[in-house]
Amino acid sequence: MNISPSDIPEVAPTFRVQWEAVQNCYVVLYPEGMVKLSTSAGEIMKRVDGQTAVDAIIKDLETAFLEDDLESDVIKFLEVAYDTGWIRNKK
Amino acid sequence: MIQAGLETKNELTPPLWLLAELTYRCPLQCPYCSNPLEIAKYQNELTTEDWIRVMQQARKMGATQLGFSGGEPLVRPDLETLIQEARRLGYYTNLITSGVGMDEARVKRFKEAGLDHIQISFQASDEELNNFLGGTKTFQHKKEMARIVKEYEYPMVLNIVIHRKNIDQIRDILEMTVELNADYVELASTQYYGWSRVNVDQLLPTREQLANAEIVAKEYQEKMKGKSRIIYVIPDYFENRPKPCMNGWGSIFLTIAPDGTALPCHEAGQLPIEFPNVKDFSIADIWHDSPGFNHFRGFGWMKEPCRSCDEKEKDFGGCRCQAFMMTGDAANADPVCDKSAHHQALLEDIARIAELAEQESHHKVGEKPLVFRNMKNSKKITKEAEKTVTV
Repeated sequence: MNISPSDIPEVAPTFRVQWEAVQNCYVVLYPEGMVKLSTSAGEIMKRVDGQTAVDAIIKDLETAFLEDDLESDVIKFLEVAYDTGWIRNKK
Repeated sequence: MIQAGLETKNELTPPLWLLAELTYRCPLQCPYCSNPLEIAKYQNELTTEDWIRVMQQARKMGATQLGFSGGEPLVRPDLETLIQEARRLGYYTNLITSGVGMDEARVKRFKEAGLDHIQISFQASDEELNNFLGGTKTFQHKKEMARIVKEYEYPMVLNIVIHRKNIDQIRDILEMTVELNADYVELASTQYYGWSRVNVDQLLPTREQLANAEIVAKEYQEKMKGKSRIIYVIPDYFENRPKPCMNGWGSIFLTIAPDGTALPCHEAGQLPIEFPNVKDFSIADIWHDSPGFNHFRGFGWMKEPCRSCDEKEKDFGGCRCQAFMMTGDAANADPVCDKSAHHQALLEDIARIAELAEQESHHKVGEKPLVFRNMKNSKKITKEAEKTVTV
């Protein structure tokens, strides 16, 4: 998957992302299963809302965490999320 | 050792999976149904309010996955209400159904109520066998429902229970799942509990059949990569190590039977253990403190060969129900394990059934009729069992 900065990802309709207080993390839910997300993966996934483009997601994360070189990490994670089918490009 | 045991208890995890068996009523009569043989005894079903309370309490503890199952959950007219409440509480909601009792209007209402996923079961890939196994004419309707499920953008899981009568059709079954655009396919080998245990002589596949089926399943797993996830597990009777049943007793799964009995797995009701009812206790009390849920937690209950086995933390000694059914003692090792003193008897039973299958295929003996899962047979079996006990 080649991700372009202007791509607008959304969570695929067959998956759901939500905060779980008891687990203290974001999770991805799908038929009869659940994946717990690490803190950084959760921060990325909660910004995937079908409205925000990839470059804006990166900028927002850099602002929130006072970092300026998150691009490659974010792209790497998004590639995995596209490949597993969690997210897709908004049509 | 004692300390290790205590640590395990302190680290008690919350129930993540709530299986709501809403009813044991069902329009189908599948002879491999995993419901208890005593289905006819479950006349007093929980009310809508009971179920809502159960869902709220389990969600508060951290449960995320909720399965509406049965019997046939569509039989309950309050299913829409329960789905709506479940989704509002934040569950990922799974409807596990035969599709009988569903139409497009209802699928639409489920979508509006927030249902996340529909799993439809098929009995076979050809109409005649499907209808024969289910005891009703449902095949075309199921296919139509599968199309509608996809149209409403649900993830679709097709579940086909595999056994000796349909395993040789596995290629046709997989072709059907491709045609219906299934996202996930579960080729669920029959597990021999409940009704399938009664019918094991007619349902257990032969080793040869399993080997052929595995080749075809692998071919389709490769072919459908990225489009459809195909899960195929062979019946554990043919393994040498037991399955880590329920991922450990009372560690993740919580089943509520139609009458409100809380169980660590949907088969556990057959064990000679008292299980609590949600009408009497809260889910937190049941999960943490009930003797039933604590019975096989940790490792203290184990006997040899499990007690000193270095794989006990991997498989927890296997399935308690299987141990009970085959050895008379639920604390024994699951006889699937080749370290079990009862493993040899299981192998002999498999050989006996293979011989029977061989004779059947050459028409040397007539096929024993299947015992279909219905209320009439349930009453008959229950009555006979009670007679045996009192004599």
